[in-house]
Amino acid sequence: MSAYLQFNDITKLFPGVKALSGVTFAVDAGSVHGLLGENGAGKSTLLKILGGEYQPNGGELRIANQPRHFASAADSIASGVAIIHQELQYVPHLSVAENLLLGHLPNRFGFVRARVTMEFVRTRLKAMGVSLNPTVRLARLSIAQRQMVEICKALLREAKIIALDEPTSSLSHRETEVLFRLVKDLQAQGRVLIYVSHRLDEIFDLCDACTILRDGQTVVSHRSMSGLTRELLVRQMVGREIKDIYDYRARPLGESRLQVQELVGPKLKQPASFSVRRGEILGFFGLVGAGRSELMRLIYGADKAQKGQLTLDGKPLRIRRPSDAIRKGIVLCPEDRKEEGVVPIRSVSENINISCRRGYLRWGIFVNAKREAQTADTFIKRLRIKTPGRRQLIRFLSGGNQQKTILGRWLAEPALKVVIMDEPTRGIDVGAKNEIYQILYQLAEQGCAVIVVSSELPEVLGISDRIIVMREGSVSGELSRSDANEERVLKLALPIEDKVK
Amino acid sequence: MKVTTDEKVSVPHPAEPGTQSAQHRQLLQLIDEFSLVLIFLLLFVVLSIAVPHFLSIENLLGLALSVSQIGMVACTMMFCLASRDFDLSVGSMVAFAGVLCAMILNATDNVVISVAAAVLAGALIGFANGSIIAYLRINALITTLAMMEIVRGLAFIASGGQAVGVSNEAFIYLAGTAFLGISMPIWTTLICFIMFGVLLNKTVYGRNTLAIGGNPEASRLAGIKVERTRVLIFAIQGAVAALAGVILASRITSGQPNAAQGFELNVISACVLGGVSLMGGRATISGVAIGVLIMGTAENVMDLLNVSAFYQYLVRGAILLIAVLVDQLRSRAARD
Repeated sequence: MSAYLQFNDITKLFPGVKALSGVTFAVDAGSVHGLLGENGAGKSTLLKILGGEYQPNGGELRIANQPRHFASAADSIASGVAIIHQELQYVPHLSVAENLLLGHLPNRFGFVRARVTMEFVRTRLKAMGVSLNPTVRLARLSIAQRQMVEICKALLREAKIIALDEPTSSLSHRETEVLFRLVKDLQAQGRVLIYVSHRLDEIFDLCDACTILRDGQTVVSHRSMSGLTRELLVRQMVGREIKDIYDYRARPLGESRLQVQELVGPKLKQPASFSVRRGEILGFFGLVGAGRSELMRLIYGADKAQKGQLTLDGKPLRIRRPSDAIRKGIVLCPEDRKEEGVVPIRSVSENINISCRRGYLRWGIFVNAKREAQTADTFIKRLRIKTPGRRQLIRFLSGGNQQKTILGRWLAEPALKVVIMDEPTRGIDVGAKNEIYQILYQLAEQGCAVIVVSSELPEVLGISDRIIVMREGSVSGELSRSDANEERVLKLALPIEDKVK
Repeated sequence: MKVTTDEKVSVPHPAEPGTQSAQHRQLLQLIDEFSLVLIFLLLFVVLSIAVPHFLSIENLLGLALSVSQIGMVACTMMFCLASRDFDLSVGSMVAFAGVLCAMILNATDNVVISVAAAVLAGALIGFANGSIIAYLRINALITTLAMMEIVRGLAFIASGGQAVGVSNEAFIYLAGTAFLGISMPIWTTLICFIMFGVLLNKTVYGRNTLAIGGNPEASRLAGIKVERTRVLIFAIQGAVAALAGVILASRITSGQPNAAQGFELNVISACVLGGVSLMGGRATISGVAIGVLIMGTAENVMDLLNVSAFYQYLVRGAILLIAVLVDQLRSRAARD
């Protein structure tokens, strides 16, 4: 059998770390190949080698039976490879057409031929069966549409090999379906697709074959998906048995902890009210853009609430900025880890101590290096953050470990009362997910109120004691754990016109 | 190696890095961290041998004195750049503070009051800069560019366009005083370096500054009062720039409204030479000290070698470009 794309014994060394060692697998033309593994297993490194960003220290990459060596991203592109990264790369203030043709816009003496550009792109998009207006600026499109533009860019270049890195991590249900259709079309055209995802359902829906990486090595490469089970794949990814990743435990609920009354903000259609009790895990579900994150940001003081009343443990609460909330024991792990969570060029220790250090200053301004080191080490150990040490810059950590570091930042706070987690497990592998859930349960058992905002329905159903659903900027309903099921939650979450179906 | 199919591959753990290579790495890291210092030391040795009159206490003290004002302000500019901001108004502040100090001195004949008033004025201008940038969210480049013009204008208006002479003996004596053979302006600069080095590395203020430069939004959500910190950075910068202006006035025994033209760019150059990132979040006090010394040394050597002032501009520009290029290559190598 002649595989179109082959990775043979690929090895990549970073100072002090063997990121990949002897990764070997093959992908056939006209197939979708799933690439699975926990965070830090080496998937991103492998894609970067395929994309020409990194050069392997050993091994061979073969395309159509020819050995290839990519010295740069341009080499890789020239060989028909396109990598669609999780973080999309586009110019927000340029139009779809301009983004698609960036670098080779049709021009006459340097003047862009705008009409030719638009017409060309319009016909090509039509041929691809994509309904996008070429004149619209990217900034005005949804994330899913921007992703579509990125894929179209690959198609315009006639890319033969297309790798998608966690493409659905910020897509809604419906957008995911559109993406799936496109992927299947591409497969039918005989292209080679590599699909990286943590969502096993997607792997089973979409892929013809899959390879599992762990600790930079190929655990196994399945040539077909038949006969495989979720449990088997999870075991192979994690290297140990995880029966139920949610592992829900019922616990007694206490008195009301936080009450939100008639909160009004710019992105909420209606005033929002809800309350959460001590020891309760309250799930917030909704489609992307339903206003969940916006509501949380209002509570946390990240955005200004125009009106409304907060009550903490029966006392009225005034929060004007995040530092007020933190001092009252209310913390938020933001949705966008990279932009709002980590300070990338600072160490793990700095990222943990950034807020709690105020509790052990000397003479009011001097940081206590010893206590900070202790705190950092404590949480690195307790949360099992994979890092060579507390001094490592956080940007070198995998997504899951960055998330755990931010959790560590808040667990280090002395008197936690309300923990708000916005998409706590986005882009995080199964093993780390389970660990994060366990931490949330512990927090709840200690009497914290835990609010979890998530777009993953199984997650919300799996860990919440109660679920609040939002739709288009307002709270659309509330379900207890026993009443909640997928159908009921989705019914409340989908836009009204979809509900007829 | 063959392609594995549905077979388990045994997964041996990656070999533990040997202690020897770990030591090796640590050494490399150390060299990397202090490479600027090493480059400067090497330059210093070469110049001491090659350039006559360079290695004399007299010349070196002259060198230090010539960069003492730049050095002081570079300390606070480091904070400014580290928090992803910019301050172009320091040159005008130096001139304005000199003029103001001289005028108050002539009116009151009280050194303490006049120095204090000038420093306070600088702090207020800095406070205005910071408030406009942090609360009104106007770009730092624009704000301080405007402030540069305004404050320079104030200096000319206050002085009527003329140099304000100083006759107060005590004030003139200020810059001339020496302790252990080192004059007061140099001491002040040394103290600034120590003080701001401690502030950067050992205090919440310094850590917050670096965090804000590294990711402003994440810092805000982590509970840092970003606006307040930025205002503080600019206010301190203003006070130190004004103090530099006062010392300059004492050295030249007058307040000159057109003094310190282009000063702000020299200060920023020194910081960049010292490895401070214009993208924020990256700064070391030792780097800034070296940056200041490299600038001073280059100028000093060119003077000693009688290089025409016109050519000195070219050399200064070239040094800046080369230094930044080297730094780029280094950080690119570190990333890979």
